[in-house]
Amino acid sequence: MNPLLSVTGLTKSYGAVEVLKGIDFDVAAGEKIALIGPSGSGKSTCLRCLNFLEKPSAGAIHLDGERIGVRLGRPMSDRQLAPQRAEMGMVFQLFNLWPHLSVTENVAIAARKVRGLPAKEAQELALDMLAKVHMTHRADASPLELSGGQQQRVAIARALAQKPKLMLFDELTSALDPELVHEVLKVMEELAAEGRTMLIVTHEIAFARDIADRVLFLDGGRIVEQGPARALILSPREPRTQAFLRQIRH
Amino acid sequence: MTNFIQPYADYAGEWLPVLLEAMGTTALLSVSAFALSLVFGLLLALCRNTRWRALRRCVALYVAAVRGVPLLAILFLLYFGLPGIGVTFDAFTAAVIGLALAFAAQVAELLRAGLMAIPAGQREAAFAVGFTPYQSFTLIVLPQVVRISVAPLIVTFVSLLKDSSLASLITVDELVLTGRAMATEYFLPLHIYLAVGVCYFLIAWPFSLLSKRLAPPAAR
Amino acid sequence: MSGLSTFTMILEGLLAGAGVTVAVTLASLLLSVSLGFLLAIVRQFGKRRMLHALIDAYCEIMRNIPALTHLFILYFGLASIGFRLSSISAAILGLGLIGGAITCDLFRAGFAALPKGQAEAALAVGFTPYRTIVDILTPQAMRIALPSLGNYAVQLLKDTSIVSAIAAPEIMFYARSMVTSSFQTTLIYSTVAILYLALALPLMRRSACSKPGTRG
Ligand SMILES: Nc1ncnc2c1ncn2[C@@H]1O[C@H](COP(=O)(O)OP(=O)(O)OP(=O)(O)O)[C@@H](O)[C@H]1O
Ligand SMILES: [Mg+2]
Repeated sequence: MNPLLSVTGLTKSYGAVEVLKGIDFDVAAGEKIALIGPSGSGKSTCLRCLNFLEKPSAGAIHLDGERIGVRLGRPMSDRQLAPQRAEMGMVFQLFNLWPHLSVTENVAIAARKVRGLPAKEAQELALDMLAKVHMTHRADASPLELSGGQQQRVAIARALAQKPKLMLFDELTSALDPELVHEVLKVMEELAAEGRTMLIVTHEIAFARDIADRVLFLDGGRIVEQGPARALILSPREPRTQAFLRQIRH
Repeated sequence: MTNFIQPYADYAGEWLPVLLEAMGTTALLSVSAFALSLVFGLLLALCRNTRWRALRRCVALYVAAVRGVPLLAILFLLYFGLPGIGVTFDAFTAAVIGLALAFAAQVAELLRAGLMAIPAGQREAAFAVGFTPYQSFTLIVLPQVVRISVAPLIVTFVSLLKDSSLASLITVDELVLTGRAMATEYFLPLHIYLAVGVCYFLIAWPFSLLSKRLAPPAAR
Repeated sequence: MSGLSTFTMILEGLLAGAGVTVAVTLASLLLSVSLGFLLAIVRQFGKRRMLHALIDAYCEIMRNIPALTHLFILYFGLASIGFRLSSISAAILGLGLIGGAITCDLFRAGFAALPKGQAEAALAVGFTPYRTIVDILTPQAMRIALPSLGNYAVQLLKDTSIVSAIAAPEIMFYARSMVTSSFQTTLIYSTVAILYLALALPLMRRSACSKPGTRG
């Protein structure tokens, strides 16, 4: 069967600095992949290249057989990219909720403006998504009144409302106070149980082990090792992976 | 003291309608010029952020030039100077254009500061959910810029309102020129200019109060 | 007559007023900064409620009425009750009094920007309240207020052009009298714009450079 997402030869340079040095991997529908690696290894860059928030320097990305960001051999503009981006739900480390909109509006607005849903349906959809992340009780609040964990759950609901084929999570918990981490991880576990396709950048190794089907270990802009989550985390083969995991468990 | 107040009592019936009409002209002049300067200013602010370097330079130059040239020189140039090269405006139009040209530069600087205050993540999140650049700007960025800039913009409007008094020097019949005409007619300049001052104050003060109300608290 | 020599002639005519423009700018700058600083200190550190209210009222009146109206009151209004000011003193007084309200705000913003700990630390090491204000707070507040004072100075220089309306013999006054005796209006007012820009440029340099780079 064709993979849902396929990444081949993904390269990204900033000036002379090559941050990604040729990344290849596939994601099957329903698969959960954890992307781990030391700080600065290129995890965020890799994720942001998938929906072209960063323009890759080389390589190809296909979602459901469709080439992302390139049409007839030419790079697409942000305007042309919009429908492709809508197919992927991205959640950011710093939430990036829109402070001038209410919680519900944050979740509903794309449904109206991108997918063209009538206001009432978009509203209902938003409330459904907020229920999934256990945030219905703050539906009318402003994002500025919420704790970090709550903001992050709203951001997840916003991405879910896109009905994306694929979810991209970039270190959702690393900007949170420790006591707020688990409420976000719990929501992610519930989403995983629904059989969604998820690509998760995380520093929570135990979480990666439990939730992911497969783990990719990234270091220095390359995938150094990959394999089934449990096996890779419990008994890594590569010395660099071993060193990283040892250090993170200290 | 009663002596001083007496003329106001005597002439209230004659002065009030004239001053009210002049207030109307001043208000119309200021509002038109401000509306125009908002449009110009937004365009300038956007040009200032484009990737075309030459355009950015031109706008920066325009803003700097307007900062260094007195409004009165701009007004005289438009009204008395341009006819010399065959372009003629009536006084009111010249005043609207001159005020708008001068204040567009200020508005542009304000809006640019507002644009730069919006974190990049706001636009990225908008792209991520599938908004086009136009949608990202109008639905996500612009409303936040407006919210940041509204208090300083009101302060700018008050400045413009005050500077609209210079239009009297190119023969626009607004408050100050009306005052001058009355002063020669009644020979009571102190009384009349004080009344003119009160008229301006009555228009401007509510906006000044509003701008303070809307300004975000200093520390967030 | 060639274009260039016309331009030179106009420039020479205007330069006759440049001295007065600069003098009025400097004198009213001095007046407004001294007045504004005094008002700011009293408003920020004084205890008298009454005084606060008076200063606030003063600032509101100055802020919400055009300079031209203030000048007319001072020059034509006062003269009509026998209190005759020369056009230059009316100009300096008017612009200075308005500027006092503007700079008062600028200084107050400077003081308000200082962390509370600054005053507390000074008092803790034994400074008197007076010395705390003079030696610790004022120098820092000045530094914060300096860029906006620079902007104000540019604005003031431009605003002196309106005192031609009360016949003070500065640049704009000469321009207007030249216009009545020649037909070179476009050239004359363009030259005026350039001359003011040239005078403002040294003041603008600083504040332009202190801004962050041009890309957004
Ligand atoms: N806009 C940019 N310009 C230049 N270099 C950049 C830029 N963005 C990222 N980099 C560099 O690319 C490298 C990879 O960054 P990236 O953010 O992808 O790492 P990461 O694996 O997500 O790290 P972390 O765990 O700290 O989030 C880093 O060395 C970073 O300094
Ligand atoms: Mg990262």
